[in-house]
Amino acid sequence: MLSIQNLNVYYGESHILRDVDLHVAPGKMVCLIGRNGVGKTTLLKTIMGLLPQRSGEIYFEGGSLSKMPTDRRVKSGIAYVPQGREIIARLTVEENLLLGMEARAGGRKKTDRIPAEIFDLFPVLQQMLSRMGGDLSGGQQQQLSIARALMGNPRLLVLDEPTEGIQPSIILEIEAAVKKIVRETGISVLLVEQHLHFVRQADWYYAMQKGGIVASGSTDELSKDVVQKFLAV
Amino acid sequence: MLSGLITSLFGGISVGSVLLIAALGLAIVFGLMGVINMAHGELMMIGAYTTFLVQNVCKGTPLADLYIFPAIIAAFLVAGLLGFFLERTVVRHLYGRPLETLLATWGVSLILQQFVRSVSWQFIIGIGIFGSLYYAGNRLLANGKAAKFDWKKLLLTTIASIASLVICNVLGDMFKLAITQPWFGAQNVDVTAPSWLLGGLPIGDDQLPATRIFIMVLTAGCVAGVYWFLNKSMWGLRIRAVTQNREMSACLGISTDRVDALTFALGSGLAGIAGVAVSLLGSVGPNTGTNYIIDTFMVVVVGGVGKLVGSIVAALVLGTTSYLIGSDSFAPLLGWAPPLANFFTFFSNSSMAKVMVFAGIFVFLQARPAGLFPQKGRTVDN
Repeated sequence: MLSIQNLNVYYGESHILRDVDLHVAPGKMVCLIGRNGVGKTTLLKTIMGLLPQRSGEIYFEGGSLSKMPTDRRVKSGIAYVPQGREIIARLTVEENLLLGMEARAGGRKKTDRIPAEIFDLFPVLQQMLSRMGGDLSGGQQQQLSIARALMGNPRLLVLDEPTEGIQPSIILEIEAAVKKIVRETGISVLLVEQHLHFVRQADWYYAMQKGGIVASGSTDELSKDVVQKFLAV
Repeated sequence: MLSGLITSLFGGISVGSVLLIAALGLAIVFGLMGVINMAHGELMMIGAYTTFLVQNVCKGTPLADLYIFPAIIAAFLVAGLLGFFLERTVVRHLYGRPLETLLATWGVSLILQQFVRSVSWQFIIGIGIFGSLYYAGNRLLANGKAAKFDWKKLLLTTIASIASLVICNVLGDMFKLAITQPWFGAQNVDVTAPSWLLGGLPIGDDQLPATRIFIMVLTAGCVAGVYWFLNKSMWGLRIRAVTQNREMSACLGISTDRVDALTFALGSGLAGIAGVAVSLLGSVGPNTGTNYIIDTFMVVVVGGVGKLVGSIVAALVLGTTSYLIGSDSFAPLLGWAPPLANFFTFFSNSSMAKVMVFAGIFVFLQARPAGLFPQKGRTVDN
């Protein structure tokens, strides 16, 4: 599905990602773990085309993404929920959701409505539709951001720390929603996460250190040692 | 007294609506996109010249008296296309570099001023020949690799310019004035308002000129149209998203490139419509636009960059104030305080009124640097 080979990324002259290899299989949830500053977010941003890659290849469903601008990558079926949510603050919740439809293969149609499943997943959004996105709480914004990503019917969902700075009860809600999405729609998920409980929901993990992948395996085998070593708790 | 009040109010609003229609396009280009477009006035000037052309084309046809309506559409399209072209070729390479944008667009404004002075059939043919030679040569040279500096391209440019110059000179000698006669020349040209706009609406002893009423209606129409477009249409939503959060908009699948081009073209097209309005107020010359550029920036800055409603209020307030001061409307009300009345009488002509308005703006911006309607809340960035 998503396949990254020998990826190298630089910020100016400093080498951030070193020869990264990573694969996401269809319908699987893959979690990327590692301490702060090892390059997890940089990797996701490079996948989305927000940062230029110096060498290596990124393939999505067989085609190369390397030369595609961000918006075309998104249109080809990758949805992105960035760190910090990035809700467009002076648009209403409804408008934010409608913008999520831009990613659909044929673009957004005038007649497109927000599907009811979105409100099944995140009931809180229903009452908030006419509020400004910027006025929502952190947890609500996170839910909106995931909902917005799903509006484009993606086949791969890229989530960057969806539980960062969010109260525990909402973390559980978000976790349950993501699991439900994977179960019901069969889309793949690439997740960056620090929260151990959430990490365990994934099928496969990759651990990063100093810009490179240093360990990977099934999350069933995620031992205490590995967790101690790569997760900042 | 009442009719005097109405005339003053009308005068103020009418000055304000000219300001507003001129500033509306800039409120989009500068206010929403943050591009300092010094060529905005020249886009208005192009709109005014388009009106002149449409008027001449319509002369003698049944449309002769209604030429103003096709002129509005034509001015919008011509200025909009020019803006689109300008964004693609110049402005988009300079996003995030305001000083370079300022210089480059100022250069564009000078080019456009000279263009309307010297444009003739010969001139157009020359540009056409140069363009097609250059394009064809580029096609031949295109071998996939784009070098930073290519001596072949330099050679091609030289050959194309010499060839087009020679051909134009030969054609000029053959056909003389038929093709060398400038279309407009350096002198001002006149747009005559249609006959149904020549009268006025009598109020008391005064009358409200019909052209002014027409401009007010046109302005109101443009404002309503822009509001509808930005708030109700799909492209409007995209524009609002991109102007607020460019990176995330791209991450939602919006082509920010296309949105930028469209936004700039829209702002330029509105400048074209402003040109139609301006052409009804006086004669049209290459420098017509320069007279408005300061005022339009002033309106956007006083209103608060990024807020359309701010520009609207600011235009009406500035217009009304400068009209009221300029027409000496305050002095009669201040009969009880002769020094104050004399003070206002001193400022009661249009250039001194401007001085006073600018002084007022100066003080106002010291107190509220972000303008009348600043962006509020935790979402304000930098």
